[in-house]
Amino acid sequence: MTYLDHAATTPVLPAVIEAVAAASATTGNASSLHASGRAARRRLEEARESIAADLGARPSEVVFTSGGTESDNLALTGILRARRQADPRRRRVLVPAIEHHAVLDTAEHLAARDGVELGWLEVDDYGRVHADTLAAAINEAPDEVALVSVMWANNEVGTVNPVRELAGVAHARGIPLHTDAVQAVGQLPVDFAAVGVDALSVSGHKLGATTGVGALLVTRQTPVEPLLYGGGQERGIRSGTLDVPAAVGLAVAVHDAVQQRAERAAALAALRDELVSGIRALLPDVELTGDPGQSIIDGGPSRLPGSAHLRFPGCEGDALLMLLDARGIECSTGSACTAGVPRPSHVLLAMGMDERTARGALRFSFGHTSSPGDVRAVLDVIAPVVERARAAALAGSRRR
Amino acid sequence: MRVVAAMSGGVDSAVAAALAIDAGHEVTGVHMALSRTPGTLRTGSRGCCTIEDAMDARRVCDRLGIPYYVWDFSEEFAETVVADFLAEYEAGRTPNPCLRCNEKIKFAALLDRAVALGFDAVATGHHVRMVDGVLHRSLDAAKDQSYVLAVLTEDQLSHSLFPLAGMTKEQVRREAAARGFAVAAKPDSYDICFIPDGDTRGYLAERLGDRPGPLVDATTGAVLGEHRGTHGYTIGQRKGLGLSRPAPDGRPRFVLGIEPVSGTVTVGPVTGLDVHEVTAERVVFPSGRPSDFPLRCTVQLRAHGGTVAGTADLRPGPQRTEQLRVALDQPVRGVAPGQTAVVYDPGDDFVIAAGTVVSTVVGTVVGTGVNTAAAAEVATGTGTPR
Repeated sequence: MTYLDHAATTPVLPAVIEAVAAASATTGNASSLHASGRAARRRLEEARESIAADLGARPSEVVFTSGGTESDNLALTGILRARRQADPRRRRVLVPAIEHHAVLDTAEHLAARDGVELGWLEVDDYGRVHADTLAAAINEAPDEVALVSVMWANNEVGTVNPVRELAGVAHARGIPLHTDAVQAVGQLPVDFAAVGVDALSVSGHKLGATTGVGALLVTRQTPVEPLLYGGGQERGIRSGTLDVPAAVGLAVAVHDAVQQRAERAAALAALRDELVSGIRALLPDVELTGDPGQSIIDGGPSRLPGSAHLRFPGCEGDALLMLLDARGIECSTGSACTAGVPRPSHVLLAMGMDERTARGALRFSFGHTSSPGDVRAVLDVIAPVVERARAAALAGSRRR
Repeated sequence: MRVVAAMSGGVDSAVAAALAIDAGHEVTGVHMALSRTPGTLRTGSRGCCTIEDAMDARRVCDRLGIPYYVWDFSEEFAETVVADFLAEYEAGRTPNPCLRCNEKIKFAALLDRAVALGFDAVATGHHVRMVDGVLHRSLDAAKDQSYVLAVLTEDQLSHSLFPLAGMTKEQVRREAAARGFAVAAKPDSYDICFIPDGDTRGYLAERLGDRPGPLVDATTGAVLGEHRGTHGYTIGQRKGLGLSRPAPDGRPRFVLGIEPVSGTVTVGPVTGLDVHEVTAERVVFPSGRPSDFPLRCTVQLRAHGGTVAGTADLRPGPQRTEQLRVALDQPVRGVAPGQTAVVYDPGDDFVIAAGTVVSTVVGTVVGTGVNTAAAAEVATGTGTPR
């Protein structure tokens, strides 16, 4: 099997399995006062310190969550509510339409139910938010902006945003900036303090930790209202008995991701480039979506090294996916789906692509288990698969 | 063969897929997304088109160990089936959207895509038997679906598998239970899938709006009142006519005709519903074209209706098409233009031809696309409109 969908989830690292298993074999609620509780708390705090050290944060800035989605929800809803509590004029949230649904749907829910006004930040053809775009959006009503949220790197097309520059623009007006760094950690140099954002979402299972654990890095100065109330864990921001084994696993995965990043990123980029140029040699009309990755942003490449998002003119992405799946190659159309209904990606539409072009997209994403054999497997079958998918799309359009 | 099993999420298609695998085919499960806004899980399952049905189909495929995909035909479905349904009602006719879906989606869009993607056939859970390329009724007369497949061409049928063949519904459910399918006891679907609450009248009224017109007495020509739109009426309808005055003879009155241009709804006595002859267009011969017209036959005029003996003949129709004319041995009460006439052999076992009814002969009066037929049950199975 050729697994090229690491952006969806990546295999759990053997070291994580070992660490989670070992931690699961011990008893103790990290909030208990006795010896077992203290031992659990110690493992938890060591995990927290390790994550903080690896990501350039202070331990007190690490809030454990159930994953990227919760981190995004907590950041948007929590910061908006706290900021508006402090000043009722702050009712605007600025986001680009290329965000993950965890951010988009939260923002839209706040707009529908909490009277929040959404300001959509325009993106360029690569899906990138520019600093002057953000500045202009803020300047429309600087006192009314509660929060800006811009993802570090886009999960579908791989384009990296100039997060440090954007944070600077927001801070100039005293506005906090949240970034969804779910895809960035492990592929790009992520330093919370250096980049200067106020909140940053991390997901475990994209790094080789288990699914169901993540973190929100959030500075002590950033006010956050909780989403979950209860025992007051995590500075009262996120109640609920802490999942110590999962947190331990997350620390192992973050450490591995950060330690291996430079070397792994180079290897992933090499595989990606080999795949893209190989496919384009066979099918010259295939095009790469998003930033080509030749520039540097915040000390890293301008595109996620493991991401190859390609447009296959005349094909439907879901037909390609099925045909590749039947040949043991697993990838993604990159679009979100409910009940598996393929829809053109909101990211591609936001980048100005028409629906028809957007439907012909396929994302291959590399990760820590990828090898040159994976690239060869794709190149061996892609030409006939594309030919077949094109014929099917033609048959469909003829009939209609 | 490489086979796409069309998985609605119901018990029939689940067992059909299982039997196709048993027969040695390489099977891929496909659920068709037809609705633009699939219901949430909370709306519950009705046998097709909801997220819960998609999940049921997925779980069956999991158990069968076959790949599962959702194919989106919502655009085609809206363009052909739903738009056609509205246009037909607008034109005073009574369509059957399930036939249209079979003709244009399941055995057209789905089949074409499957073939183009390298599959050889589509398998469905319809209760029919193919015998030597001839479409036969199911052995379970109560579940027989040859009527809704009779609009398919020979070519469409040649790429179709109906693995349930001779099984009864009871056998299908037992088979599903034996295989551990969670859908074994799932109720059958009867409603129109894109009208989830079953309120066909409300659905039409919302989309076609208020189009007032006169209610006219068929015998006297007197205007008896005004109605809100012809789409609120079906030929044969008795209730909800909103007539304040009783008929002079004191007998109940029925909708006898709908004239879409002037918006006239004609009402009259039950005898005005008795159809002696039907003429149908868009004629299809799903089992091959017979050479010996006129021929003796039985004919079925609605999905859940009985059959009647008659004589079928072909004659030239408009624009070099053919018309199928069937003289009925006994009158059939209430046949609406837009319904499908399916001609079976005299033994009522296999399909010879099918066509869309365009006109009927009632008593001695000829109807021309504006006449007769019974109740919403005719086309939609949703019962008598209120």
